[in-house]
Amino acid sequence: MDILRIATAGSVDDGKSTLIGRLLYETNSITKDKIEALETASKRKGLDFLDLSLLTDGLIAEREQGITIDVAHIYFSTPHRKYIIADTPGHFEYTRNMVTGASNTSVSIILIDARNGVVEQTKRHFYISSMLRIKNIIVAVNKMDLVAYNQEKFEAIKTELLEIAEQVSFKEQTLQFIPISSLYGENLVRKSEETPWYEGATLLETLENFSTQNLELSTIQARFPVQHVVRPKTEEYHDYRGYAGKIASGTFLIGDLVEALPSGQISKIKTIEKFGTQLESGNAKDSIVITLEDNIDVSRGNMLVKVGEQPESRKEIIAKICWLDSQMLTVGKTYLLQHGINRVKAKITNISSVIDIKNMSLSNEAPVDGGLKLNEIGWISLKTASPIFADKYEENPANGSFILIDESGNSTVGVGFVE
Amino acid sequence: MSTFSEKTTVYQANDSSFPRELEDEAIYILREVASQFEKPAILFSGGKDSITVVRLAQKAFYPGKIPFALLHVDTGHNFPETIEYRDWLVNKLGLELHVRYVADSIKQGKVKEETGKYASRNALQTVTLLDAIEEFKFDACIGGARRDEEKARAKERIFSVRDDFGQWNAKKQRPELFDMLNGKIELGENVRVFPISNWTELDVWNYIKEEELRIPTIYFTHEREVFERDGMIWADSEFINKSEDEVPYKTQVRFRTVGDMTCTAAVASTADNLEDVIGEILSAQISERGARIDDKRSEAAMEKRKQAGYF
Ligand SMILES: Nc1nc2c(ncn2[C@@H]2O[C@H](COP(=O)(O)OP(=O)(O)OP(=O)(O)O)[C@@H](O)[C@H]2O)c(=O)[nH]1
Ligand SMILES: [Mg+2]
Repeated sequence: MDILRIATAGSVDDGKSTLIGRLLYETNSITKDKIEALETASKRKGLDFLDLSLLTDGLIAEREQGITIDVAHIYFSTPHRKYIIADTPGHFEYTRNMVTGASNTSVSIILIDARNGVVEQTKRHFYISSMLRIKNIIVAVNKMDLVAYNQEKFEAIKTELLEIAEQVSFKEQTLQFIPISSLYGENLVRKSEETPWYEGATLLETLENFSTQNLELSTIQARFPVQHVVRPKTEEYHDYRGYAGKIASGTFLIGDLVEALPSGQISKIKTIEKFGTQLESGNAKDSIVITLEDNIDVSRGNMLVKVGEQPESRKEIIAKICWLDSQMLTVGKTYLLQHGINRVKAKITNISSVIDIKNMSLSNEAPVDGGLKLNEIGWISLKTASPIFADKYEENPANGSFILIDESGNSTVGVGFVE
Repeated sequence: MSTFSEKTTVYQANDSSFPRELEDEAIYILREVASQFEKPAILFSGGKDSITVVRLAQKAFYPGKIPFALLHVDTGHNFPETIEYRDWLVNKLGLELHVRYVADSIKQGKVKEETGKYASRNALQTVTLLDAIEEFKFDACIGGARRDEEKARAKERIFSVRDDFGQWNAKKQRPELFDMLNGKIELGENVRVFPISNWTELDVWNYIKEEELRIPTIYFTHEREVFERDGMIWADSEFINKSEDEVPYKTQVRFRTVGDMTCTAAVASTADNLEDVIGEILSAQISERGARIDDKRSEAAMEKRKQAGYF
């Protein structure tokens, strides 16, 4: 069975959590006890209707304030496939949680309140979705019930967003627009009678039609970061030395000539194994063990690639960065850079520009207060203590991103995309 | 509740095969744990989720051994079938098992036995757990919790950092991007790791079936002394304070989740094989946690327990 991973996006109160709740409700995915719990919680809040946002807003603080603070992961399935939905917060302050939720998905549902149209957070989330290179964007114009299902309203929002798309979108990205009402379930699972002018598919139909196949990731250059060296040292496996890891991208076959990075030593793939089963090949996202013909030096954090396909060895990196911490990123500061599973020390050498989301423009000067603030996106240069073998994010998303870790608090403070 | 129209379609998976990418994801997480931490342990309850985690660990490091010890926090109110199963598994896989007892925490005066009709040791086990973590200096504890179980769990990261006191701070969770896991902590802190976060109850059952795993017998139908309370079927045992009008009777039941005997409700069932168990879950009107009495205490019962250091 396949899995499609989706995230919601859009400004605060645009109806993301209600949408997910309603989608689950309409697909009969909420059990009776949970509906009863929702009824009780809605009544306690003094509401005379079932507040479906309470299905995903599970924290005490969220239920008190009626907003989403952190991402919730919700699951449901259709006869077709399994869905994992990340319901993310719309509030600016919690952008980092939105990025967390969106980073593992291939579909982004951007909600817009039909009364307000495109606002700054819509742009920000659209920008972030594109920065993550999420290919499938659904723009759900919500609360159509509050604008009498007016077609002009819908078309105007569509036009405005398409204009922004010209600056934000990338070639492989597709945009679909759907007029919906999350509260009443219009055009979610059931085609709405209120929007006869809309000829497109419902939200669920649209989702069902997306491909879950990650063909591209398997056809690009192969990257295998070694997580763990398996050395059982038992009698039976006395000389066994297996390299355990998850294939980041591409395909490896038995007999492939591979190079170990950073040592540069070359060997041939002897076996590809999964719990004793011998495989012919391994594809992107498979967790496997590879053994080699020769005893070369490979340890955790090293990478196996095919000979002739090695990524650039980089010590100086230019990257787009999304800052996730309340302490500013500043030039001269050092962090731990984690690329995949590999960590190296890194020093920020330059901040070249910051994006102005509101006007969708770049300021090509150093930021006014000398650093990159929480939730800001900018371009930086950094220097690492030892080389990393990263690809451009655009060319290989599985090997082109990194996180920055603050060495004093240990927290993840930024996410970077190699340019 | 006026906003609701008639529901039209019933959605149900007709392809109930297990999505293999979930296994790859979990194995990746477990390998990160082995490399990023000094002394990780699997929190083993003997339930289907922790059995699944042990299976995944076996696969992740094969042909090497599982590099984690098991920690079982024994409330003293376990189903004997679970304990029997635990010892069988530990023996079969040659694992290291540590057991720590809630009864000892009570004796030491660290926690007080609850009284009354709903008395349970479920909440008390947090103290025993935190003590055990300190005693063994575990820096990572791997649990079988899933996000689909409960609304506070749905908010949990894969690597969930806990402070010196084992507390979860929902408002200060680390961003977790792509599959990059950051397990860096200070001495004294620890990380709870949830490799099957993205699995549903059904995924777990399909996996158990496809992997042909043995599970404790209480997951299948059996005859048991039960009584009814609050519309649920409770297993009768010496650990439960019954009132006069709660009269036990014998019937065919099974359990959907295995907590301790004071907080796990049974369901009427005739399912004596995995196929039938899966069929029952597919058509169940009630969620898995709906049979957990510990969650019924209040709307935010789980979040509050997690704040206190529960897993
Ligand atoms: N009339 C109407 N109200 C809606 C609709 N969708 C959502 N709402 C209401 O809008 C409010 C906000 O909804 P939420 O679902 O919490 O919004 P959200 O986008 O999840 O908000 P954050 O997660 O905090 O960013 C609630 O009061 C909903 O009942 C809709 O289609 N029509
Ligand atoms: Mg929300």
